[in-house]
Amino acid sequence: MTQPQDLIICEYCNTVYQRAPLLKHQRALCLRCGGVLYRHTSLTIEQRLALSVTGGILLVFANAYPVMTIGMQGLTHSATLWDAVQILSQGSITFIALVMALSIIFAPLLQIVLLCWVLSFALAGQRAPGFALCMRGLESLRPWSMLEVCLLGAMVAVIKLAGLLDVIPGIGLLALAALSMLIIHIAGKDIRDLWVQV
Amino acid sequence: MNYPANADELGLCLCHGCGQACDLSSGAHACNRCGAAIHRRKANAIARGWAFLLAALVFYIPANLLPVMHTEMLGSGSESTIGGGVLEFWEAGAWDIALIIFIASVGVPAIKFFSLGLLLFTAQHRSTWACRQRSQLYRFVELIGYWSMLDVMVVALVAALVQLRGLGTIEPRVGILFFGMVVVLTMLSAMSFDPRLIWDSHANEGRPH
Repeated sequence: MTQPQDLIICEYCNTVYQRAPLLKHQRALCLRCGGVLYRHTSLTIEQRLALSVTGGILLVFANAYPVMTIGMQGLTHSATLWDAVQILSQGSITFIALVMALSIIFAPLLQIVLLCWVLSFALAGQRAPGFALCMRGLESLRPWSMLEVCLLGAMVAVIKLAGLLDVIPGIGLLALAALSMLIIHIAGKDIRDLWVQV
Repeated sequence: MNYPANADELGLCLCHGCGQACDLSSGAHACNRCGAAIHRRKANAIARGWAFLLAALVFYIPANLLPVMHTEMLGSGSESTIGGGVLEFWEAGAWDIALIIFIASVGVPAIKFFSLGLLLFTAQHRSTWACRQRSQLYRFVELIGYWSMLDVMVVALVAALVQLRGLGTIEPRVGILFFGMVVVLTMLSAMSFDPRLIWDSHANEGRPH
């Protein structure tokens, strides 16, 4: 009898396959529906942990420094990600500020914290306390982490305002750009491999 | 072409919490690895999918009609809607930006409404039509889902930036709330739909060939 972890079920059409080792840049596709079953994991636990710590540092920069500064006739004003959330929280539209806070601040923050927690124990070959909860948290946070959308939004905002005022991109924007790419890379579906590794 | 066996036939079920193939023969209701509840199909997938989708459609109307931004520049104020923002860029000659915003704010929601409606309708009627393509359509909807949040982000950033007392201020307006709700509701609709339903009528007619 094959072990359950050798079997893989296509999440789109329920077809069962036996897991086969993949080479670099390879991915396994479902024969029936064409969906991706799993990809080759190119990151070791050490590398992923290192990138998660980097992500933590970038997160601090992305939130502490202004994303952009505008200037007009000697007056300047700059805004951080938190300012963008706060401006939405005024008046009757508070709900959307919560969605915004979740998608650009809290979801990425939690992803990084959970990754660091789980991976630092995995490095020592053990499961972190609350491992199952953390892993399920990472699964459910993924669709709500929208930093890359925020990055595109910031670029559109630059172009929108550039005609009217002076716009100076800040350190926050650079950190945002790096962090959004990093999170896609380290918090993808391949973290499920940790279930087998530790 | 013969395909490998279906998980239902083998008494297995995919855990959505950790991706493990769980054995149902022992009568388990939770994944033995991560503890998440396992369901052969997501509960009430079609009813929930329709509910979220219809709610999103209703909110899409005020999202487009109500202003999303109030601009106060050098004493004169104006309100702008989502469509107005696209037009403004287009008329200013920035057709590329106009196109990005148009795709994110009109194109993506329209594609999502149409696709989710189609997927829910065909799954409800146990259609065997173009299963593979419908499966791909679902993955496409999943992929583009959250990019329509772009408008919300732009409005929030622009409003947070332009706070120059006396010269100009920009404030968000209630339209952006409805627009954000549309995005969240369509995402929830896509998440509650179970793509395995697309293939169920296939399995019922015996092995595919």
